[in-house]
Amino acid sequence: MKPPPFTYHRARDVAGATDLVAELGEDAKFLAGGQSLIPMMNFRLARPEHLIDIGRLGELSFVDVGPESLRVGSLSTHRAVETADLGAGFEVVRDTMRWIGHLPIRTKGTVGGSLAHADATAEWCLLAVLLDADIVVAGAGGRRRTIAASEAFLGFYTTVLEEDELIVEVAFGRPAPHAAVTEFAERKGDFALVSAAVDLDVSSGTVSGGRVALGGVGPAVVRVPEAERVLHAGGRAGTDLFETCAQAAAQAVEPPGDDDAGTGYRKALVRNLVVRACEEAVAR
Amino acid sequence: MTFGTATGDGERGAGFRVDGTWVGAPVTRKEDPRLLTGGARFVDDIHLPRMLHAAFVRSTVASGHVTSVDLSRVLEVPGVVAAFTAEDLDLGDITPRLDRPPEEYTETSMPILARDRVRFVGEPVAVVLAEDPYAAEDGIEAADVTYDVTPPVLSEEQALAPEANAVHEQAPGNVLLDVSMFASDGIDDVFAEAPCVVQVHTRTGRQNALPLETRGVVAGWDSRAEQLLVQTCTQVPHQVRTVLAGSLGMAESTVRVLVPDMGGGFGIKCVVGREEIAVAAASIRVRRPVKWIEDRKDALSASFLAREQRYDARAAFDETGRILGLDVDVLCDMGAYSCYPFTVGIEPLMASSEMPGVYRVPAYRVRGRAIATNKAPTAPYRGVSRPQHVMVMERLVERAARELGLDPLEVRRRNLITVFPYTGVNNVTYDPGSYLESLNLCERVIADEGWYETRRAAADQGRVLGIGYSCFNERTGYGSDAFAKRKMQAVPGFDISEIRMDTAGAVVVTTGTMSHGQSHETTMAQIVADKLGLPLDKVKIQQGDTDRVAYGWGSFASRSITIGGTAVALAAGNLGGKLLDLGAHLLETPRDNVELGDEGVRQRDDPARGLSYRDIADVAYLKSHLLPKETEPGLQASASFDGVGDGTFSNASHGVVVELHRDTGRVEILRYVCVEDCGVAINPQVVDGQARGGIAQGIAGALFEKVTYDENGEPSAASFLDYKVPTACEIPDVGMHHIETPCLFTDNGAKGAGEGGTIGAPAAVLNAVNDALRPTGVELNDTPITPQQVFDALTGALEVAP
Amino acid sequence: MTEPDKVLLTLKVNDAVHEVAVEARRTLADTLRHDLELTGTHVACEHGVCGACTVLVDGDPARSCLMFAAQAEGSEIRTVESLAGDDGSLSDLQTAFSANHGLQCGFCTPGFLMLAEGFLAERPDADREEIREVVSSNLCRCTGYQTIVDSIQDCAERRRNAKEASA
Ligand SMILES: Cc1cc2nc3c(=O)[nH]c(=O)nc-3n(C[C@H](O)[C@H](O)[C@H](O)COP(=O)(O)OP(=O)(O)OC[C@H]3O[C@@H](n4cnc5c(N)ncnc54)[C@H](O)[C@@H]3O)c2cc1C
Ligand code: FES
Ligand code: FES
Repeated sequence: MKPPPFTYHRARDVAGATDLVAELGEDAKFLAGGQSLIPMMNFRLARPEHLIDIGRLGELSFVDVGPESLRVGSLSTHRAVETADLGAGFEVVRDTMRWIGHLPIRTKGTVGGSLAHADATAEWCLLAVLLDADIVVAGAGGRRRTIAASEAFLGFYTTVLEEDELIVEVAFGRPAPHAAVTEFAERKGDFALVSAAVDLDVSSGTVSGGRVALGGVGPAVVRVPEAERVLHAGGRAGTDLFETCAQAAAQAVEPPGDDDAGTGYRKALVRNLVVRACEEAVAR
Repeated sequence: MTFGTATGDGERGAGFRVDGTWVGAPVTRKEDPRLLTGGARFVDDIHLPRMLHAAFVRSTVASGHVTSVDLSRVLEVPGVVAAFTAEDLDLGDITPRLDRPPEEYTETSMPILARDRVRFVGEPVAVVLAEDPYAAEDGIEAADVTYDVTPPVLSEEQALAPEANAVHEQAPGNVLLDVSMFASDGIDDVFAEAPCVVQVHTRTGRQNALPLETRGVVAGWDSRAEQLLVQTCTQVPHQVRTVLAGSLGMAESTVRVLVPDMGGGFGIKCVVGREEIAVAAASIRVRRPVKWIEDRKDALSASFLAREQRYDARAAFDETGRILGLDVDVLCDMGAYSCYPFTVGIEPLMASSEMPGVYRVPAYRVRGRAIATNKAPTAPYRGVSRPQHVMVMERLVERAARELGLDPLEVRRRNLITVFPYTGVNNVTYDPGSYLESLNLCERVIADEGWYETRRAAADQGRVLGIGYSCFNERTGYGSDAFAKRKMQAVPGFDISEIRMDTAGAVVVTTGTMSHGQSHETTMAQIVADKLGLPLDKVKIQQGDTDRVAYGWGSFASRSITIGGTAVALAAGNLGGKLLDLGAHLLETPRDNVELGDEGVRQRDDPARGLSYRDIADVAYLKSHLLPKETEPGLQASASFDGVGDGTFSNASHGVVVELHRDTGRVEILRYVCVEDCGVAINPQVVDGQARGGIAQGIAGALFEKVTYDENGEPSAASFLDYKVPTACEIPDVGMHHIETPCLFTDNGAKGAGEGGTIGAPAAVLNAVNDALRPTGVELNDTPITPQQVFDALTGALEVAP
Repeated sequence: MTEPDKVLLTLKVNDAVHEVAVEARRTLADTLRHDLELTGTHVACEHGVCGACTVLVDGDPARSCLMFAAQAEGSEIRTVESLAGDDGSLSDLQTAFSANHGLQCGFCTPGFLMLAEGFLAERPDADREEIREVVSSNLCRCTGYQTIVDSIQDCAERRRNAKEASA
């Protein structure tokens, strides 16, 4: 389980990194925290010929708390976010970090790496999709663009990023004081079997809308309009509404099953986890 | 000279027991400082000049004929030095034997590298040597091996099908062992007439023993010693020497097996592997030392596995819950090859002979089979079959209790062996134990802690709690007579110890056992220190070196402290005798007027008169002209010990409280209580550690771990993401309680303590889960239990048991 | 096939500065073990799960099997070899592991020590549940974890008591 050979490049700045990737072509990859890429290389499931280490781009590791917004630099580690003060309304971002692997993974793994790797249960993808985040990317020749999270994730480990594009930051444009993420995995720290995230519009005990996102139910993290419709129809924040919402979510998805966890079971998990997430969200 | 003042460094450490003995004291371990500071030396820490690194080209198909092996491109890879096939190395096979007739046992061989056939994905086909492990791995990728693929045999159904492909030509039906060891007369009538007959059908998942340190070896010719030096992490150094020398066609005296620090074993390292032999042979060919360290992917997929069994069991009971008969068919999926020295018989023979366990079973019939499949082979794994058959036995008892409307603990009590020695229907004689007492204490602890009330209160809140128990014994200290009943051709049993005292009065003792985490350097030193009145730091245990240790059977089957510990005690006793002889002579007092104590020999009638060991050693070595004429110089002695009769039985009862999570099906263990009896505990902290670690592995088998394959025989759990070793958040704290029923034949009254935890855990966990499921009518009998099964049971999606 | 690229690195490990020329693909774990001969850091999975290779990188516990040595340039690395005193005396954390029988075969131990060392530095007030959660970062096959949690908790309590006493 030793990685295949590659040529190592250390990026000095964002422009240098993107230009170099553009020049080297498809055999080149960015290396951020290495917590997804290196295990794949150790199993020889990934064989980049060039690695461009962006780990020293200090300008990409920041947490910027605005009055109604939050910007997180792509090189911020999960641990940095977990221990930062993210400002009112973004507690859900901080609290979700504890679901990502274990402490020694979180001290190295990065926000940008998670979003780019796009695992179907990645917590950062779930948060970005749930909270309608903007993903800011830089490309070769100084190009920049902003990708709506809802359009970023295409399928199994695939995003809309071009090969030369580097994620620079993820920006959350509105606070989510009543949001929660919950999951189920057999062991502490595992990638979730199913994860559920909700962000409720709730005031004085009445729900008037909200967002529901799920991980582990398909090739990429998804939003569930069917469940959100239930929230928009509104009602008292309580078991009845949450169960209807959860039921709608479970009906809307068709997660792939295997011997140990079939489709029906995963749908049931969706249902129960959405209820749990709703309860945690109102309790905030 | 005054007694006891010779040295000042004999301070006794923390934890010293008040009664003045080392045995029984929770002394801190002698092993710890080097392990805590990074100063230990494990196989992969060894660097030798000019050393190369090996990697194996492994079969990518589960079953087939090798049609070509082309290594020419391998040799072009930068850093690669050599590559060898089976033909190049021309090594003898490993052939484990049983003295059983052909209708019972089919002998098969495991080649070191596959020749014409491959029998599992991961089977080694060629070995590549390179300047570093990275280049070696580049090298194996460049190998070109072609196969003529045949349909693999991956399950019991496929193996036993009439038209099944044969994994080994000599066993067309894929049954390598088929033994019916017991069949009581009239047992069919017993079942026909019994008022209550219950059945349990169980399948248990294939597991990996999974020492954290994978297997590994560094081998190279030592021209100064004129020996092949093989440094490898094995539980059985002498057996590795024998098989390795045989396979290479070398004299045993030209092979030295040396075992460095070991990162666990649990059985997987008590068989002889093929990689260490291939590496040794390759190192001779290239005249350079070669290292091989198994990577985790290979350890999970291509090493030795265990525990995939199927039981069809039924038991007959009378109306009061007394067992009338037991009838069992056990089938073990042993994978592609038989392991040396234990053979494919290891699991079915263990189950056949031990199944009745702690209960009085008047009539017994058992059939045990081992089948071959196209999966990685098997080796003994901590507990060997007992975690499974104890689970089956305990499920039978529970089912009978339900059927008869009795308390399952009461049914156990009515059947437990309480009068010892007891000779069972399985022809095994059980020495004294505390079967009933341990069960009663276990129940009392659970009750006193309030778990029955908690279960009731939880039910009122809609929560699902269950309480389960297991009650079992564990044969330890198998002697050669006991092992001979297995009819292995290599019969383990005895152990030999040699002890030397140096000129400073410190001793070195050899043991043929092989500690790999069990703390023998400490516990055996405790035994010897007591025998000779020495401080712990003056006793050094020597193990794991075939040149320095006369002979040994290594460590497995919880034999080390019973057999090995008694051998070191006897050797120390013999040395003590010599010291007394010499002491009496030098003190010019009768032999019966001297005794050992505090690093010296003192006079009984005048304890102020004595000689320190240093004084005696001074004469024995440096002034030997002062010795009596007939006395040999030096201070050394030896002894051997063999287990007596059927060995000695440790026993324990486990109590478990679980909560089943309604929303996810998760099984959470809220409380775990273990009441164990391993006789006299040499070091209670070590005994607790063995039990707790064992329980963790048992829980792993009950709820988490399973080796899986896809329909082509490709391993599908070859990483820690899929093979789910539990973490600190899944394994509960364990409340330990002790009862002490000393063994009558070991020197200190100690019984073995290595495997019990693992044996009792699956049964207790399963019983607790089924207790929690009682309102649903569902019973789960297969392991590992998955969250989905629990979830389905709780939501009514699972069939109710008949 | 061409020779893999080598890189010349300056690594700061346990306060000592080392220069090594290694292939770019060499992991930090292998570099520590086989180039710097600091074999106390162990390797048991090479995919980030077992934690046997855990070291401190700028004070944070990290998997040295999931870092190339080249990435460690400019960082301060600490390994298990740094814990004991110059005279070989065990640190309070090491002593706690021994006193609580927090190790059996000892293969996992360096990883747990470095995990705990980094964690307690950041969270000296951690309670048992928090410690258990952090202990779940690494695998141990021998102990069943309880005594590892005990060891770390014991060390944390002693440190707190010592601090109180000196305050
Ligand atoms: C044992 C273990 C458990 C884990 N558990 C979880 C978990 O539960 N949940 C979870 O979400 N993750 C988990 N992870 C993965 C972890 O979160 C990773 O940190 C993350 O997925 C990738 O981040 P990284 O910085 O390590 O990226 P890298 O591994 O360095 O890179 C990953 C990919 O992203 C690309 N990339 C990296 N940065 C950028 C960028 N800024 N712009 C564009 N492309 C980029 C790389 O080229 C590469 O293709 C786990 C990892 C391990 C080893
Ligand atoms: S070896 Fe690094 S985590 Fe297992
Ligand atoms: S002590 Fe052996 S793996 Fe932890």
